[in-house]
Amino acid sequence: MGTSVPPADELPAEPMRPRPHRVVSTTREHAEAVTLEVEPCSAADALAPPRPGQFNMMWVFGVGEVAISVSRIPVAETRGLPRVHHTIRAVGTVTQALNALMPGDVVGLRGPFGHGWDVDDAVGRDVVVVAGGVGLAPLRPVVDAILADRARYGHVVLIVGARRPRDFLFVPELDAWRHREDLDVMVTVDAPDDGWKGGVGVVTKWLRHLPVDPEHTTAFVCGPEVMMRFVARSLLDGGIDPETIRVSLERNMHCAVAECGHCQLGGLFVCREGPAIPWARVAPDLLVAQR
Amino acid sequence: MSARDETANVRARLEAHAFFTALSPSHLDVIAACARARSVREGMVLFHEGDDATALYAIDGGSVAVQVHIPHRRPITLETLGPGEILGWSWLFPPYRTRFGAVALTAVELLVIDARTLRARLDEDAALGYALLQRFSRVIAERLEATRLQLLDVYGNQRAAGG
Repeated sequence: MGTSVPPADELPAEPMRPRPHRVVSTTREHAEAVTLEVEPCSAADALAPPRPGQFNMMWVFGVGEVAISVSRIPVAETRGLPRVHHTIRAVGTVTQALNALMPGDVVGLRGPFGHGWDVDDAVGRDVVVVAGGVGLAPLRPVVDAILADRARYGHVVLIVGARRPRDFLFVPELDAWRHREDLDVMVTVDAPDDGWKGGVGVVTKWLRHLPVDPEHTTAFVCGPEVMMRFVARSLLDGGIDPETIRVSLERNMHCAVAECGHCQLGGLFVCREGPAIPWARVAPDLLVAQR
Repeated sequence: MSARDETANVRARLEAHAFFTALSPSHLDVIAACARARSVREGMVLFHEGDDATALYAIDGGSVAVQVHIPHRRPITLETLGPGEILGWSWLFPPYRTRFGAVALTAVELLVIDARTLRARLDEDAALGYALLQRFSRVIAERLEATRLQLLDVYGNQRAAGG
Protein backbone atom coordinates (compact mmCIF):
# COMPACT_ATOMS: atom_id res chain seq x y z
CA MET A 1 0.00 0.00 0.00
CA GLY A 2 2.77 2.38 0.98
CA THR A 3 4.44 2.29 -2.41
CA SER A 4 1.27 3.47 -4.17
CA VAL A 5 1.16 6.68 -2.15
CA PRO A 6 3.09 9.42 -3.96
CA PRO A 7 5.09 12.00 -2.04
CA ALA A 8 2.42 14.07 -0.38
CA ASP A 9 2.05 16.71 2.24
CA GLU A 10 3.80 15.99 5.50
CA LEU A 11 1.72 14.24 8.07
CA PRO A 12 1.27 15.95 11.42
CA ALA A 13 3.18 14.57 14.39
CA GLU A 14 1.29 11.76 16.11
CA PRO A 15 -1.42 11.88 13.47
CA MET A 16 -3.71 9.41 15.20
CA ARG A 17 -3.89 11.24 18.54
CA PRO A 18 -6.83 13.66 18.89
CA ARG A 19 -5.91 16.93 20.57
CA PRO A 20 -8.53 18.53 22.81
CA HIS A 21 -10.02 21.72 21.39
CA ARG A 22 -12.57 23.99 22.96
CA VAL A 23 -15.46 25.47 21.05
CA VAL A 24 -15.04 29.24 21.26
CA SER A 25 -18.09 30.28 19.28
CA THR A 26 -20.83 28.83 17.15
CA THR A 27 -22.52 30.47 14.18
CA ARG A 28 -25.76 28.99 12.95
CA GLU A 29 -25.41 29.19 9.15
CA HIS A 30 -28.82 27.69 8.43
CA ALA A 31 -31.15 25.09 9.91
CA GLU A 32 -28.78 22.22 9.11
CA ALA A 33 -25.34 23.77 9.29
CA VAL A 34 -23.18 25.40 11.90
CA THR A 35 -19.73 26.95 11.93
CA LEU A 36 -17.62 26.10 14.94
CA GLU A 37 -14.67 28.25 15.92
CA VAL A 38 -12.32 26.10 17.99
CA GLU A 39 -9.02 26.62 19.73
CA PRO A 40 -6.66 24.16 21.41
CA CYS A 41 -7.19 23.68 25.13
CA SER A 42 -3.49 24.45 25.65
CA ALA A 43 -0.55 25.53 23.52
CA ALA A 44 0.73 21.95 23.63
CA ASP A 45 -2.49 20.82 21.93
CA ALA A 46 -2.16 23.22 19.00
CA LEU A 47 -2.16 21.67 15.54
CA ALA A 48 -0.04 22.93 12.69
CA PRO A 49 -1.72 25.72 10.72
CA PRO A 50 -3.86 24.26 7.92
CA ARG A 51 -3.64 25.31 4.29
CA PRO A 52 -6.75 26.11 2.24
CA GLY A 53 -8.43 22.85 1.26
CA GLN A 54 -7.05 20.71 4.10
CA PHE A 55 -9.25 19.00 6.65
CA ASN A 56 -9.19 17.91 10.27
CA MET A 57 -10.67 14.80 11.81
CA MET A 58 -13.15 16.01 14.44
CA TRP A 59 -13.93 13.68 17.29
CA VAL A 60 -17.05 14.04 19.39
CA PHE A 61 -16.23 12.05 22.49
CA GLY A 62 -18.55 9.12 22.93
CA VAL A 63 -20.05 9.55 19.47
CA GLY A 64 -17.43 9.25 16.77
CA GLU A 65 -15.10 10.97 14.35
CA VAL A 66 -15.60 12.61 10.99
CA ALA A 67 -13.48 14.51 8.47
CA ILE A 68 -14.39 18.19 8.23
CA SER A 69 -12.69 20.68 5.97
CA VAL A 70 -11.31 23.90 7.35
CA SER A 71 -13.62 26.78 6.49
CA ARG A 72 -11.36 29.54 7.77
CA ILE A 73 -7.64 29.54 8.32
CA PRO A 74 -6.62 31.21 11.58
CA VAL A 75 -5.62 34.76 10.78
CA ALA A 76 -4.87 35.82 14.33
CA GLU A 77 -3.94 33.97 17.45
CA THR A 78 -5.52 34.60 20.79
CA ARG A 79 -3.27 33.98 23.80
CA GLY A 80 -1.01 32.12 21.39
CA LEU A 81 -3.75 29.68 20.49
CA PRO A 82 -4.67 29.44 16.80
CA ARG A 83 -8.40 29.40 16.13
CA VAL A 84 -9.74 27.48 13.21
CA HIS A 85 -13.24 27.36 11.74
CA HIS A 86 -15.12 24.27 10.64
CA THR A 87 -18.52 24.38 8.97
CA ILE A 88 -20.60 21.25 9.37
CA ARG A 89 -23.90 20.22 7.90
CA ALA A 90 -25.85 17.79 10.08
CA VAL A 91 -26.42 14.67 8.01
CA GLY A 92 -25.34 11.84 10.30
CA THR A 93 -24.77 10.92 13.91
CA VAL A 94 -21.41 12.66 14.35
CA THR A 95 -22.27 15.75 12.32
CA GLN A 96 -25.53 16.09 14.24
CA ALA A 97 -23.57 15.94 17.48
CA LEU A 98 -21.19 18.59 16.14
CA ASN A 99 -24.16 20.78 15.24
CA ALA A 100 -25.38 20.57 18.82
CA LEU A 101 -22.13 21.75 20.43
CA MET A 102 -22.07 24.91 22.50
CA PRO A 103 -19.26 27.31 23.40
CA GLY A 104 -17.09 25.69 26.04
CA ASP A 105 -17.64 22.15 24.79
CA VAL A 106 -14.52 20.17 23.99
CA VAL A 107 -13.87 18.06 20.90
CA GLY A 108 -10.84 16.17 19.67
CA LEU A 109 -9.00 17.26 16.54
CA ARG A 110 -6.45 15.43 14.43
CA GLY A 111 -4.80 17.08 11.49
CA PRO A 112 -4.45 18.97 9.34
CA PHE A 113 -4.61 16.32 6.65
CA GLY A 114 -4.68 16.09 2.92
CA HIS A 115 -3.52 18.06 -0.04
CA GLY A 116 -5.10 21.47 -0.35
CA TRP A 117 -6.07 23.74 -3.21
CA ASP A 118 -2.59 25.02 -4.14
CA VAL A 119 -3.92 28.57 -4.32
CA ASP A 120 -0.43 29.89 -5.14
CA ASP A 121 -0.59 28.09 -8.49
CA ALA A 122 -3.30 30.57 -9.49
CA VAL A 123 -1.10 33.63 -8.94
CA GLY A 124 -0.98 35.73 -12.10
CA ARG A 125 -3.98 33.93 -13.58
CA ASP A 126 -7.72 34.42 -13.80
CA VAL A 127 -9.62 32.44 -11.20
CA VAL A 128 -13.03 30.79 -11.22
CA VAL A 129 -14.40 29.51 -7.91
CA VAL A 130 -17.55 27.38 -8.08
CA ALA A 131 -19.25 26.30 -4.86
CA GLY A 132 -22.41 24.28 -4.39
CA GLY A 133 -24.20 24.06 -1.04
CA VAL A 134 -21.77 23.44 1.82
CA GLY A 135 -19.02 23.25 -0.80
CA LEU A 136 -18.42 26.91 -0.07
CA ALA A 137 -16.93 25.91 3.30
CA PRO A 138 -13.59 24.56 2.01
CA LEU A 139 -13.51 27.28 -0.64
CA ARG A 140 -13.84 30.23 1.73
CA PRO A 141 -10.12 30.02 2.61
CA VAL A 142 -9.40 30.21 -1.14
CA VAL A 143 -11.43 33.42 -1.45
CA ASP A 144 -9.81 34.74 1.73
CA ALA A 145 -6.33 34.03 0.36
CA ILE A 146 -7.07 35.70 -2.96
CA LEU A 147 -8.66 38.77 -1.40
CA ALA A 148 -5.77 39.09 1.04
CA ASP A 149 -3.44 39.51 -1.93
CA ARG A 150 -5.91 40.55 -4.62
CA ALA A 151 -3.44 42.33 -6.92
CA ARG A 152 -1.56 39.11 -7.64
CA TYR A 153 -4.53 37.55 -9.41
CA GLY A 154 -6.34 38.38 -12.63
CA HIS A 155 -10.10 38.41 -13.03
CA VAL A 156 -11.78 36.50 -10.21
CA VAL A 157 -15.25 34.98 -10.55
CA LEU A 158 -17.13 33.35 -7.68
CA ILE A 159 -20.27 31.33 -8.45
CA VAL A 160 -22.23 29.99 -5.51
CA GLY A 161 -25.26 27.73 -5.77
CA ALA A 162 -27.68 26.43 -3.17
CA ARG A 163 -30.95 24.59 -3.07
CA ARG A 164 -32.91 27.50 -1.57
CA PRO A 165 -32.08 31.05 -0.52
CA ARG A 166 -32.07 30.01 3.13
CA ASP A 167 -29.41 27.37 2.45
CA PHE A 168 -26.48 29.69 1.76
CA LEU A 169 -23.47 29.67 4.06
CA PHE A 170 -21.64 32.80 5.20
CA VAL A 171 -24.43 35.15 4.11
CA PRO A 172 -22.90 38.37 5.53
CA GLU A 173 -19.63 37.66 3.74
CA LEU A 174 -21.38 36.72 0.52
CA ASP A 175 -23.14 40.08 0.63
CA ALA A 176 -19.84 41.86 1.26
CA TRP A 177 -18.15 39.99 -1.59
CA ARG A 178 -21.01 40.88 -3.94
CA HIS A 179 -20.36 44.54 -3.31
CA ARG A 180 -16.67 44.35 -4.18
CA GLU A 181 -15.70 45.68 -7.57
CA ASP A 182 -12.71 43.37 -7.87
CA LEU A 183 -14.77 40.20 -7.56
CA ASP A 184 -17.54 38.94 -9.87
CA VAL A 185 -20.02 37.11 -7.67
CA MET A 186 -23.06 35.19 -8.86
CA VAL A 187 -25.38 33.47 -6.42
CA THR A 188 -28.07 31.16 -7.69
CA VAL A 189 -30.65 28.79 -6.27
CA ASP A 190 -32.60 25.84 -7.61
CA ALA A 191 -35.80 26.83 -5.83
CA PRO A 192 -36.37 30.53 -5.12
CA ASP A 193 -38.77 31.89 -2.57
CA ASP A 194 -40.70 35.14 -2.51
CA GLY A 195 -38.41 38.11 -2.60
CA TRP A 196 -35.35 36.31 -3.92
CA LYS A 197 -33.51 38.71 -6.25
CA GLY A 198 -30.58 36.53 -7.24
CA GLY A 199 -30.20 33.97 -9.98
CA VAL A 200 -32.36 30.91 -10.45
CA GLY A 201 -30.83 27.84 -12.08
CA VAL A 202 -27.88 25.53 -11.65
CA VAL A 203 -24.35 26.87 -11.33
CA THR A 204 -23.30 25.52 -14.73
CA LYS A 205 -25.39 28.08 -16.60
CA TRP A 206 -23.14 30.87 -15.31
CA LEU A 207 -20.08 29.15 -16.74
CA ARG A 208 -21.07 29.70 -20.36
CA HIS A 209 -19.93 33.27 -20.72
CA LEU A 210 -17.12 33.59 -18.21
CA PRO A 211 -15.15 36.84 -18.44
CA VAL A 212 -11.82 35.03 -18.18
CA ASP A 213 -9.00 33.94 -20.45
CA PRO A 214 -9.41 30.14 -20.48
CA GLU A 215 -5.76 29.50 -21.27
CA HIS A 216 -4.75 31.39 -18.14
CA THR A 217 -7.48 30.36 -15.75
CA THR A 218 -7.45 28.17 -12.66
CA ALA A 219 -10.74 26.83 -11.34
CA PHE A 220 -11.55 25.66 -7.82
CA VAL A 221 -14.73 23.60 -7.56
CA CYS A 222 -16.46 22.05 -4.56
CA GLY A 223 -19.95 20.70 -4.15
CA PRO A 224 -21.93 17.53 -4.72
CA GLU A 225 -19.96 15.18 -6.97
CA VAL A 226 -22.53 15.22 -9.75
CA MET A 227 -22.44 19.01 -9.74
CA MET A 228 -18.65 18.99 -9.97
CA ARG A 229 -18.81 16.63 -12.95
CA PHE A 230 -21.09 18.96 -14.85
CA VAL A 231 -19.12 22.02 -13.80
CA ALA A 232 -15.87 20.41 -14.96
CA ARG A 233 -17.43 19.57 -18.32
CA SER A 234 -18.66 23.13 -18.75
CA LEU A 235 -15.21 24.50 -17.87
CA LEU A 236 -13.60 22.08 -20.33
CA ASP A 237 -16.11 23.17 -22.99
CA GLY A 238 -14.97 26.71 -22.28
CA GLY A 239 -11.36 25.77 -23.05
CA ILE A 240 -9.95 25.51 -19.52
CA ASP A 241 -7.20 22.90 -19.08
CA PRO A 242 -8.27 19.88 -16.97
CA GLU A 243 -4.98 20.17 -15.06
CA THR A 244 -6.00 23.61 -13.84
CA ILE A 245 -9.50 22.57 -12.74
CA ARG A 246 -9.24 21.58 -9.07
CA VAL A 247 -12.09 19.68 -7.48
CA SER A 248 -12.50 18.68 -3.84
CA LEU A 249 -13.55 15.08 -3.39
CA GLU A 250 -15.71 13.85 -0.58
CA ARG A 251 -14.96 10.34 0.48
CA ASN A 252 -15.32 8.23 3.58
CA MET A 253 -12.17 9.29 5.46
CA HIS A 254 -11.33 7.14 8.46
CA CYS A 255 -7.62 7.04 9.25
CA ALA A 256 -6.73 10.18 7.23
CA VAL A 257 -3.18 8.87 6.79
CA ALA A 258 -3.63 6.64 3.72
CA GLU A 259 -3.59 3.38 5.61
CA CYS A 260 -7.14 2.09 5.91
CA GLY A 261 -8.26 2.50 2.29
CA HIS A 262 -11.81 3.64 3.09
CA CYS A 263 -11.36 6.78 1.02
CA GLN A 264 -9.75 5.09 -1.95
CA LEU A 265 -10.84 6.12 -5.43
CA GLY A 266 -9.13 3.82 -7.88
CA GLY A 267 -5.47 4.06 -6.96
CA LEU A 268 -5.95 7.36 -5.22
CA PHE A 269 -6.03 7.88 -1.47
CA VAL A 270 -8.29 10.89 -1.22
CA CYS A 271 -7.30 11.60 2.38
CA ARG A 272 -3.64 11.98 1.41
CA GLU A 273 -3.51 13.02 -2.25
CA GLY A 274 -6.76 14.94 -2.05
CA PRO A 275 -9.25 16.15 -1.17
CA ALA A 276 -8.34 18.94 -3.63
CA ILE A 277 -7.04 17.41 -6.81
CA PRO A 278 -6.84 18.25 -10.54
CA TRP A 279 -9.79 17.12 -12.61
CA ALA A 280 -7.41 15.48 -15.10
CA ARG A 281 -6.29 13.10 -12.35
CA VAL A 282 -9.72 12.00 -11.14
CA ALA A 283 -11.91 12.22 -14.23
CA PRO A 284 -11.28 8.61 -15.35
CA ASP A 285 -12.49 7.31 -11.98
CA LEU A 286 -15.37 9.74 -11.53
CA LEU A 287 -16.79 9.17 -14.99
CA VAL A 288 -17.46 5.47 -14.44
CA ALA A 289 -20.45 4.12 -12.57
CA GLN A 290 -19.60 3.29 -8.96
CA ARG A 291 -21.46 1.09 -6.56
CA MET B 1 -30.18 58.73 -33.84
CA SER B 2 -31.03 58.21 -37.50
CA ALA B 3 -32.65 54.97 -38.64
CA ARG B 4 -29.39 54.00 -40.36
CA ASP B 5 -27.35 54.68 -37.23
CA GLU B 6 -29.79 52.72 -35.13
CA THR B 7 -29.60 49.73 -37.46
CA ALA B 8 -25.80 49.90 -37.36
CA ASN B 9 -25.91 50.06 -33.56
CA VAL B 10 -28.26 47.10 -33.35
CA ARG B 11 -26.10 45.15 -35.77
CA ALA B 12 -22.96 45.83 -33.72
CA ARG B 13 -24.73 44.68 -30.57
CA LEU B 14 -26.00 41.54 -32.29
CA GLU B 15 -22.51 40.75 -33.51
CA ALA B 16 -21.17 41.07 -29.97
CA HIS B 17 -23.97 38.93 -28.48
CA ALA B 18 -22.93 35.38 -27.55
CA PHE B 19 -25.93 33.76 -29.23
CA PHE B 20 -25.06 35.25 -32.62
CA THR B 21 -21.30 34.56 -32.39
CA ALA B 22 -19.72 33.58 -35.72
CA LEU B 23 -22.87 34.27 -37.73
CA SER B 24 -21.93 35.43 -41.23
CA PRO B 25 -22.00 39.18 -41.92
CA SER B 26 -24.84 38.80 -44.43
CA HIS B 27 -26.93 36.85 -41.93
CA LEU B 28 -26.25 39.45 -39.26
CA ASP B 29 -27.49 42.09 -41.70
CA VAL B 30 -30.72 40.17 -42.21
CA ILE B 31 -31.37 39.81 -38.48
CA ALA B 32 -30.40 43.39 -37.72
CA ALA B 33 -32.96 44.56 -40.26
CA CYS B 34 -35.77 43.01 -38.20
CA ALA B 35 -34.40 43.97 -34.76
CA ARG B 36 -34.63 47.02 -32.55
CA ALA B 37 -33.09 47.99 -29.24
CA ARG B 38 -35.29 48.34 -26.19
CA SER B 39 -34.66 49.30 -22.58
CA VAL B 40 -37.07 48.13 -19.91
CA ARG B 41 -37.49 49.08 -16.28
CA GLU B 42 -37.16 46.75 -13.31
CA GLY B 43 -40.43 44.94 -12.74
CA MET B 44 -41.76 45.40 -16.24
CA VAL B 45 -43.54 42.40 -17.74
CA LEU B 46 -42.13 41.43 -21.13
CA PHE B 47 -44.90 38.96 -21.81
CA HIS B 48 -47.43 36.83 -20.01
CA GLU B 49 -47.98 33.11 -20.31
CA GLY B 50 -50.23 32.52 -23.34
CA ASP B 51 -49.50 35.81 -25.10
CA ASP B 52 -48.81 35.91 -28.81
CA ALA B 53 -45.13 35.11 -29.24
CA THR B 54 -44.17 38.12 -31.27
CA ALA B 55 -40.43 38.37 -30.70
CA LEU B 56 -37.11 36.76 -29.99
CA TYR B 57 -35.31 38.69 -27.23
CA ALA B 58 -31.53 38.85 -27.05
CA ILE B 59 -30.55 40.02 -23.55
CA ASP B 60 -27.76 42.56 -23.60
CA GLY B 61 -27.80 43.65 -19.96
CA GLY B 62 -29.69 43.02 -16.75
CA SER B 63 -31.65 40.02 -15.59
CA VAL B 64 -34.96 38.51 -16.71
CA ALA B 65 -37.03 35.95 -14.78
CA VAL B 66 -38.94 33.24 -16.62
CA GLN B 67 -42.03 32.62 -14.54
CA VAL B 68 -45.09 30.44 -14.23
CA HIS B 69 -48.31 31.35 -12.46
CA ILE B 70 -49.94 29.01 -9.99
CA PRO B 71 -53.40 29.92 -8.71
CA HIS B 72 -53.44 31.65 -5.31
CA ARG B 73 -49.66 31.95 -5.23
CA ARG B 74 -47.12 34.49 -6.35
CA PRO B 75 -45.47 33.77 -9.71
CA ILE B 76 -42.73 31.16 -9.41
CA THR B 77 -39.40 31.89 -11.09
CA LEU B 78 -38.19 28.86 -13.01
CA GLU B 79 -34.96 30.38 -14.21
CA THR B 80 -33.22 33.70 -14.62
CA LEU B 81 -31.54 34.81 -17.82
CA GLY B 82 -28.84 37.40 -18.29
CA PRO B 83 -26.48 39.03 -20.77
CA GLY B 84 -25.51 36.80 -23.68
CA GLU B 85 -28.67 34.71 -23.38
CA ILE B 86 -31.82 34.67 -25.47
CA LEU B 87 -35.41 34.61 -24.34
CA GLY B 88 -38.30 33.05 -26.21
CA TRP B 89 -38.57 30.36 -28.81
CA SER B 90 -42.35 29.91 -28.87
CA TRP B 91 -42.41 32.11 -31.96
CA LEU B 92 -40.71 29.31 -33.91
CA PHE B 93 -43.65 26.92 -33.81
CA PRO B 94 -47.44 27.19 -34.17
CA PRO B 95 -49.52 28.27 -32.37
CA TYR B 96 -46.87 30.95 -31.63
CA ARG B 97 -47.94 31.50 -28.05
CA THR B 98 -45.66 31.92 -25.08
CA ARG B 99 -45.57 29.00 -22.65
CA PHE B 100 -44.26 31.01 -19.70
CA GLY B 101 -44.19 34.61 -18.58
CA ALA B 102 -41.13 36.87 -18.40
CA VAL B 103 -40.46 39.87 -16.17
CA ALA B 104 -37.45 42.17 -15.81
CA LEU B 105 -35.76 41.58 -12.44
CA THR B 106 -33.54 44.61 -13.00
CA ALA B 107 -33.30 47.29 -15.64
CA VAL B 108 -32.76 45.30 -18.82
CA GLU B 109 -31.25 46.06 -22.22
CA LEU B 110 -32.74 44.00 -25.02
CA LEU B 111 -32.52 43.48 -28.72
CA VAL B 112 -36.04 42.66 -29.86
CA ILE B 113 -36.24 40.70 -33.09
CA ASP B 114 -39.62 40.68 -34.77
CA ALA B 115 -40.78 37.08 -34.98
CA ARG B 116 -43.02 37.27 -38.02
CA THR B 117 -40.30 38.93 -40.12
CA LEU B 118 -37.61 36.59 -38.84
CA ARG B 119 -39.72 33.50 -39.64
CA ALA B 120 -40.14 34.78 -43.18
CA ARG B 121 -36.38 35.30 -43.54
CA LEU B 122 -35.65 31.82 -42.21
CA ASP B 123 -38.12 30.33 -44.71
CA GLU B 124 -36.39 32.19 -47.53
CA ASP B 125 -32.82 31.34 -46.53
CA ALA B 126 -32.25 27.74 -45.45
CA ALA B 127 -28.61 28.46 -44.53
CA LEU B 128 -29.70 31.18 -42.12
CA GLY B 129 -32.43 28.91 -40.80
CA TYR B 130 -29.93 26.12 -40.16
CA ALA B 131 -27.44 28.47 -38.51
CA LEU B 132 -30.06 29.79 -36.11
CA LEU B 133 -31.63 26.42 -35.40
CA GLN B 134 -28.18 25.05 -34.52
CA ARG B 135 -27.88 27.81 -31.96
CA PHE B 136 -31.41 27.26 -30.63
CA SER B 137 -30.76 23.52 -30.35
CA ARG B 138 -27.67 24.18 -28.27
CA VAL B 139 -29.55 26.55 -25.98
CA ILE B 140 -32.42 24.09 -25.61
CA ALA B 141 -30.00 21.24 -24.85
CA GLU B 142 -28.20 23.35 -22.23
CA ARG B 143 -31.47 24.34 -20.56
CA LEU B 144 -32.69 20.74 -20.63
CA GLU B 145 -29.46 19.63 -18.95
CA ALA B 146 -29.82 22.38 -16.37
CA THR B 147 -33.42 21.35 -15.70
CA ARG B 148 -32.35 17.73 -15.24
CA LEU B 149 -29.70 18.83 -12.76
CA GLN B 150 -32.30 20.83 -10.87
CA LEU B 151 -34.54 17.77 -10.76
CA LEU B 152 -31.69 15.76 -9.23
CA ASP B 153 -31.82 18.05 -6.20
CA VAL B 154 -28.08 17.59 -5.85
CA TYR B 155 -27.84 19.63 -2.67
CA GLY B 156 -30.52 17.62 -0.91
CA ASN B 157 -28.30 15.01 0.71
CA GLN B 158 -24.97 16.73 0.54
CA ARG B 159 -22.52 16.10 3.36
CA ALA B 160 -19.95 18.54 4.55
CA ALA B 161 -17.32 18.66 1.85
CA GLY B 162 -14.17 16.96 2.95
CA GLY B 163 -16.08 14.98 5.52
